[in-house]
Amino acid sequence: MNAAHLIRMANRIGDFFVAMPDREQAVRDVADHIARTWEPRMTRDLRAHVAAHGDADLSAIVREALVRLPP
Amino acid sequence: MSLLPEPDFGTPAADADGASPPLTLAIDGIEVVVPAGTSLMRAAALAGVAIPKLCATDCLQAVGACRLCLVEIDGRKGTPASCTTPAEAGMRVRTQSPRLTELRRNVMELTLSDHPLDCLTCAANGACELQDMAAAVGLREVRYGLAGAHHLADPRDDSNPYFGYDPAKCIVCFRCVRACDEQQGSFALTATGRGFATRIAAGTGGSFMDSDCVSCGACVAACPTATLIEKTARATGSAERAIATTCAYCGVGCGFLVEVDGPPDTPTIVRMTPSKQGQANRGHACVKGRFAWGYATHQDRVVRPMIRARITDPWREVSWDEALRHAAGEFRRIQREHGRDAVGAIVSSRCTNEEDYLVQKLVRAAFGNNNVDTCARVCHSPTGYGLGQTLGTSAGTQTFASVDKADVIVVIGANPGEAHPVFASRLKRRVRAGARLIVIDPRAIDLVDSPHVRADVHLQPRPGTNVAVLTALAHVIVTEGLLDEAFVAERCERQSFADWHNFVARPENSPEALQAASGVPAARVRAAARLYATADNAAIYYGLGVTEHAQGSTAVMAIANLAMATGNLGREGVGVNPLRGQNNVQGSCDMGSFPHELPGYRHVSDAATRTAFERAWGVDLLPTPGLRIPNMFDAALDGSFLGLYCQGEDPAQSDPDTRHVQAALAAMECVVVQDLFLNETARFAHVFLPGSSFLEKDGTFTNAERRISRVRRVMAPLAGMADWQVTLALAEALGYPMQYRHPSDIMDEIARLTPTFAGVSYEKLDRMGSLQWPCNDAAPAGTPTMHVGGFSSRPGGKGRFMIAQYVPSDEQTTSRHPLLLTTGRVLSQYNVGAQTRRTANVRFHAEDLLEIHPHDAEQRGIADGDWVGLESRAGATALRAEVTARVQPGVVYTTFHFPESGANIVTTDSSDWATNCPEYKVTAVQVRRLARPPARAGGAP
Repeated sequence: MNAAHLIRMANRIGDFFVAMPDREQAVRDVADHIARTWEPRMTRDLRAHVAAHGDADLSAIVREALVRLPP
Repeated sequence: MSLLPEPDFGTPAADADGASPPLTLAIDGIEVVVPAGTSLMRAAALAGVAIPKLCATDCLQAVGACRLCLVEIDGRKGTPASCTTPAEAGMRVRTQSPRLTELRRNVMELTLSDHPLDCLTCAANGACELQDMAAAVGLREVRYGLAGAHHLADPRDDSNPYFGYDPAKCIVCFRCVRACDEQQGSFALTATGRGFATRIAAGTGGSFMDSDCVSCGACVAACPTATLIEKTARATGSAERAIATTCAYCGVGCGFLVEVDGPPDTPTIVRMTPSKQGQANRGHACVKGRFAWGYATHQDRVVRPMIRARITDPWREVSWDEALRHAAGEFRRIQREHGRDAVGAIVSSRCTNEEDYLVQKLVRAAFGNNNVDTCARVCHSPTGYGLGQTLGTSAGTQTFASVDKADVIVVIGANPGEAHPVFASRLKRRVRAGARLIVIDPRAIDLVDSPHVRADVHLQPRPGTNVAVLTALAHVIVTEGLLDEAFVAERCERQSFADWHNFVARPENSPEALQAASGVPAARVRAAARLYATADNAAIYYGLGVTEHAQGSTAVMAIANLAMATGNLGREGVGVNPLRGQNNVQGSCDMGSFPHELPGYRHVSDAATRTAFERAWGVDLLPTPGLRIPNMFDAALDGSFLGLYCQGEDPAQSDPDTRHVQAALAAMECVVVQDLFLNETARFAHVFLPGSSFLEKDGTFTNAERRISRVRRVMAPLAGMADWQVTLALAEALGYPMQYRHPSDIMDEIARLTPTFAGVSYEKLDRMGSLQWPCNDAAPAGTPTMHVGGFSSRPGGKGRFMIAQYVPSDEQTTSRHPLLLTTGRVLSQYNVGAQTRRTANVRFHAEDLLEIHPHDAEQRGIADGDWVGLESRAGATALRAEVTARVQPGVVYTTFHFPESGANIVTTDSSDWATNCPEYKVTAVQVRRLARPPARAGGAP
């Protein structure tokens, strides 16, 4: 799927949770939100994009959350 | 007057406060017990005694003008009007006596001396209160003749497309004027002249169409004669029966009586009248629900199934069987070739609960995936998310009647006068009675300043900055000691409140600090916060101007934060109230139409819930979310989503970034459109299945109050099958037969599987009129007010504060696109206009216009009515300009009712972070004057 769209969506999710005072919890919340609302091919394609092109376009909190996402 | 009138008790029910005990009195010797404040006329009606009347009706306050309802009271002199005389304990009242009969005959004689005695040819013959009263008082002659002065030659006003005004028949009872004032609140009618010369006039004496009349029909319903009467009733004559149903337009969910004549399957609709038993509207209506139903039998209706191999081929009419087999075959072929997840469905918030439930069941059980979404995705999905996260339940907290007890009303990002007019009338009535009003909107909507309603505070944020304003309001409440600390301590989570408190108290969240972003003067924000937080009862109403933003969900949570912080939840007069755009937005969300939730907002990963549905449906269900609508289109363009069943929805017109949507639809191999008309999406369809209007089927709608109301079949489906039957047939063709004989069977299954609907059945709905969920063993009569005593769906019953940090939208002005476009609706048109454009409502609004501030217009050499080009990074279109100060400098505004103006060609793919709800309300654009009308634009000369 369109990687630019996926990156933008993920970063907007990160923008919300980054304001939370507990960073560890915020990272978990980003991962949880993606897991609960994204269809698996979206996560798969985002991971594939990161594998192919790196994660520089993702915000720090999303990069951390992506690692926590279930496979 | 209704041709098939509901009982009329003459005056409204007393506003019983419970403080005064009921009264016992005798009417014609019949003892009756009534609440304090009840009129004698109403007491008599409750005792089964009908007192003659002309100027009185129970929708309006009594004025005692016609003097027909006179009565005698033991121990009192004279003959007071029963409509304006309150009942007292121990009163003995006579409604019949020789003296009263004589008085009433004289009144009727005088009234009829200036009335055409043309009963046999009158449209109201047999359903005329004047005629009834003449009979009731035994009038046999009019001694005065018609030789004297009269008004029988006064010209008729037929300017309104839906009703006529014949002053020759007018008895000057003022019911129309009072209905316009009290019910609608438009104050469009008046009485001119004095004494015998008194006449009813629209506006300042011109035609109805030239006046401030909004064609709600309240005056027509109130008229006791044929002076104000529907043109359809004039043309068709009396109805022989009426069917109670629910309006299929906005989320107010008004109850209507459809008055019909003729055979059960093919009746003639005489008219639709608002039902006094309608628990959302109580006898009021708007121009859409009341009059704009002609689309149901419009010549554009497609009533035969059609298929074609390619979207460039002509359509070929086929049988239902062939169309359904073709659609099912294509879906199965795509799944075989591209995988189980390559197909899905979009359902509509215009369809019934039962239809929405069936489509999501078809997707989950027959397609075997979770790729089902509803058009609520593009309007109120942030409400579901935001209120679920904070209050625990994805729904508004109140009844519409709750506004009657609000002392301060906040309207943010909603324009109820245009989009929810029947509720707006109620809200305005409360404001006229003294409630204070705060409006938060980039535009100066009518509520800001109109002749009888004026906002105490208008906060006018730049589009896209709602969260900045809401957080600034919270800052003032926290830092100025305006919290309801007892409510917070008892009802809310301690830690999330502490985190939120610390966040909003920061200096960077003060109104002064956020003023630069929002454009709202800090002093006004502070004034609004103080007004809201110090009210005894403060209620927030919001609409798509909150949700349709990149931070839509954040704004919903910020609103819930405000209500919790000030203790404005859990009783009447307060709350958080989303105004839903379409008739069944709430219901479609309730029914599991989202790709991540089963019915009742239970996540697909919840094993216990999934197991219950698996057992009932006999299939295994996926625990992972499906594609949302925007994701479906992205997946279509990458070749992994190729089949779509689209019921009652038109994404090619209604969804943002039209070019992107159309490219996605064109990339699919099988698009099945089920609709009343060949809509814009049908241009990309391979199968067309005729839909059925709300008049052609049974079912239920759930309005913005969580009120479930019955939709009842008025006529047979024009295409032979109702929508729910079509979905059943498609499921069967897919090899997954479902066994339902009637939509009530579907509701029974919903109730079995959904705890919040456990107590809902058609039998109970018919008995009680409507039910507000949750309706179960704990609340068998439903739940008018949510969160009384606790947030029962939240862990520990505690409300959760969520930090709502303002994040600027990606849509920012640039030198290339220096203006911000925001979008909305007008009263007479509905959404993409598929229904209302096929009615005489086009007389009120025939094209979408671009509102532009005089300063921006002057800079661009644009005059009122000029054609202008509107361009964003997504696309360009053209429409005509309306130069107005309703919009602030730097902001332009348009509606999206007409496909030819294509507002969504320019809206972009920006969407809410949590739900992907499109950011319709913020698009950076440029506007240029066009030298000549574009060739493609509609309405071009």
